[in-house]
Amino acid sequence: MKSRLASSLMLVATGLFLSVPTSLAQQKNRRPVIVQPGAPGSPTRELPATTRAELPPVSAADVQFMQGMIVHHAQAVEMTDLIESHTDNAGVRALGARISRSQSDEIAFMKRWLAARGQSMTIAAAEMHHMHHNMHNSRNGTSHEAGALMPGMLTPQQMEALRRSRGAEFDRLFLSGMIRHHGGALDMVRDLFAAAGAGQEAELFTFATDVDSGQRAEIRVMQNMLEKINSKEKR
Amino acid sequence: MNRLRNIASRLLSATFLLMISTFAVSAQTPPEAAKPAPAAQGSDLAPEPAPPLPAGMTGSDVNDPRFKLAPGIYNAGAIAMGMRHLSLLRKPDAFQLGADDPANPKVQKTLGLLGIADTSKMSRSSQLVRAQLAFANSDLAFQGKYLFQGNFYGVNIYDISNPARARLLTSMVCPGGQGDVSVYKNLMFMSVEMPNGRIDCGTQGFAPAPPSTTADQPPLPAPQKERFRGVRIFDISDIRSPKQVATVQTCRGSHTHTLIIDPKDKDNVYVYVSGTSFVRQSEELAGCSDEAPEKDPNTALFRIEVIKVPLAAPQQAAIVSTPRVFMDPRTGVINALNNGGTHGAKGLEKPSDSDQCHDITAYSEIGLAAGACSGNGIILDISDPVNPKRLDAVNDPNYAYWHSASFSNDGKKVVFTDEWGGGLGARCRPNDPAKWGADAIFDLTNGRLKFASYYKMPAAQSDAENCVAHNGSLIPVPGRDIEVQSWYQGGISIVDFTDATKPVEIAYFDRGPINPQVLVLGGHWSAYWYNGHIYGSEIARGLDILELTPSKFLTQNEIDAAKSVRFAEFNVQNQQRITWPPRLVVAKAYIDQLERSKGLPSDRIATLRRAIRTAEQSSLSRSSLDRLRQLADQLRDGSAGALSTADAGRIEALAEVLRKPMK
Repeated sequence: MKSRLASSLMLVATGLFLSVPTSLAQQKNRRPVIVQPGAPGSPTRELPATTRAELPPVSAADVQFMQGMIVHHAQAVEMTDLIESHTDNAGVRALGARISRSQSDEIAFMKRWLAARGQSMTIAAAEMHHMHHNMHNSRNGTSHEAGALMPGMLTPQQMEALRRSRGAEFDRLFLSGMIRHHGGALDMVRDLFAAAGAGQEAELFTFATDVDSGQRAEIRVMQNMLEKINSKEKR
Repeated sequence: MNRLRNIASRLLSATFLLMISTFAVSAQTPPEAAKPAPAAQGSDLAPEPAPPLPAGMTGSDVNDPRFKLAPGIYNAGAIAMGMRHLSLLRKPDAFQLGADDPANPKVQKTLGLLGIADTSKMSRSSQLVRAQLAFANSDLAFQGKYLFQGNFYGVNIYDISNPARARLLTSMVCPGGQGDVSVYKNLMFMSVEMPNGRIDCGTQGFAPAPPSTTADQPPLPAPQKERFRGVRIFDISDIRSPKQVATVQTCRGSHTHTLIIDPKDKDNVYVYVSGTSFVRQSEELAGCSDEAPEKDPNTALFRIEVIKVPLAAPQQAAIVSTPRVFMDPRTGVINALNNGGTHGAKGLEKPSDSDQCHDITAYSEIGLAAGACSGNGIILDISDPVNPKRLDAVNDPNYAYWHSASFSNDGKKVVFTDEWGGGLGARCRPNDPAKWGADAIFDLTNGRLKFASYYKMPAAQSDAENCVAHNGSLIPVPGRDIEVQSWYQGGISIVDFTDATKPVEIAYFDRGPINPQVLVLGGHWSAYWYNGHIYGSEIARGLDILELTPSKFLTQNEIDAAKSVRFAEFNVQNQQRITWPPRLVVAKAYIDQLERSKGLPSDRIATLRRAIRTAEQSSLSRSSLDRLRQLADQLRDGSAGALSTADAGRIEALAEVLRKPMK
């Protein structure tokens, strides 16, 4: 060990005194480079060895999305809590259990995301109003009329109607309500990605993409169930 | 890696995205103490154990020594069987969030962007946690002495001419996730899907709208001409300075991609793009629509994209077709496949449509590709690469999310993987079913798939380790079908699936969790064999290099025979046929296998080994070669007995080598 160190010191010394340019060039070749390409047609530039990674910005829209989705998810959990005492439909019960479980998990995730960024877990009323205002491209038939609700959420009157219904009537109100509710989540994701500079943070991107594809799939499932219930009633 | 997109996986995701939470813990604890977080927060942060096993299912093995390994980022406990760990090259600092020093202005700036002003309580490990997915290592590609490691933030290129002393050459900064890479001659391809991707590889992403104070303020336009989601193409003629030559934009971005080399077309290569993310606005990229197929037959859902890359002018690379791989060819309905219903909390769930492929593996030499497409495994005829035709599609009630596929070397088997939980969840807990989040091995005959068995890495893992089936490659041991495969924090597992109905683990490597208190995303994204060594892309820690060691499951001859196979270029999703040189070491590997399986009587095995030794010692003298030829003829004459198909094949191949061995 010692002798190797000594000889490498000597090598360095030789390099310094006798052939500085070659030695430096060789060293440079051994050292890893950090480079950043440009757009096609532009040159690649070398970055300093001290370069460290940087995260893309988190936007106000990201934070509001998480805060708003907590409110939104909370109502879904509230709706699914009714299932136990309101219907015996096995399909609806299984679906409700799934929605309740996944949305509870997601609420916990969103709270952690916000807490880790020193952000409030609740959304300010003004921001909620603002989000509504920006719902230009709602394509999922969600209601925006009520001031304090996120897209697709049931109004207090609709929630009350759901609470009072039982059996097949409950199933229908629940499914149609939840389809609309999920549609609202899709609008929220769409609006998130439609906001300038939003959705760039990796965890949030992954989560929002997941909400989109997962709820799309659940909507299809619920539409099939609703069709079946409706056709049974007609018969 | 994928999202927890499947509805069933969502239901069971008890440990959902527990990845950024270490900061919350460390922020509340004194720097020197590691006491548990306060109960209120702790309930949110602590990983949850799995729910009880469904009736009739078995879980993972808690008696396996891999179950309880010491935690740590760089000092975790590790264990190996049939493998030796040679080195870990830590992820370069240029791909890590800042230095150890919280006072570093770079760290301050980055954390400031995240809304964190007080960094005095942040530990290095918490910085890592905060940044983990944005700088996660992803897939690997190989060319000559170079290894290309993809990352959500760019690509790192290593010189592996001496694998035990591999060294970093180039860190190429170019964010946009996932950064899956392929290489072909002087070209490198890279997948980009996230909205922070920029055509110019900038790290700044796009400026967010300022916080609005009035509701009437018009929002900034989101479409960005400078945004990039799709496949980037680089010229890597100068390995220390890759140059971007083309950016092919797609509607959903590129989650993964597959290089297709058409044996009949020497002037072009093709790239299949699997997009799994949201469809962007048509204002940003013309023609993009995320409508249901009933509303818009041109929807960007329910398809893959095919990029044609002219080798003489790669800057002209462009999309040439958008195959509707889920279409029913008789009715023309484009959303014709579904998952058939999969497991949920209370039994089988309702079917949902497949609208995306996650990963496709092409085996051009046999003209087929296997696609893992959310709810389905599919087989495509790619003899015309621009117009792939679906030959078969399967689904499986135990599969949550069809993630990737690979062929056996003879093309008669396909191994699919199920990324239940999206790769971010702990799915190898004692109560997680062995059939969920596993490989599914299918027999493939005339383009039709037939299920044979499941294989899941058998060891139980903790609640704090993300673990599920992920990327792997074949190990070219002649006479056997062997795959090395990554299981995220479940480590690396090597499985023999020669008998498709009875897959067996023959080697493994595993570390303890990164953090025992919270699930911190990490583990192996990919583990591939390349020219004699196993390379593991570790999401958080860096690049692992390992080698095989002999065991009762694998002899030194079999390892040496595998090492005799050399590829000039290696992209796992573009599967190449393995052929073995007719060397005596390959013959010795077959003989070891015939001894293990008792396919030949022991006296004949001894005779063969003696003759081979004589040939080796005499540098293949004429008389020794005559003797080998004589033995080969005897093998052929005598191999008609009651042998397994595998042994009959081994004897045939052994005779072939003995007839004309080369040095």
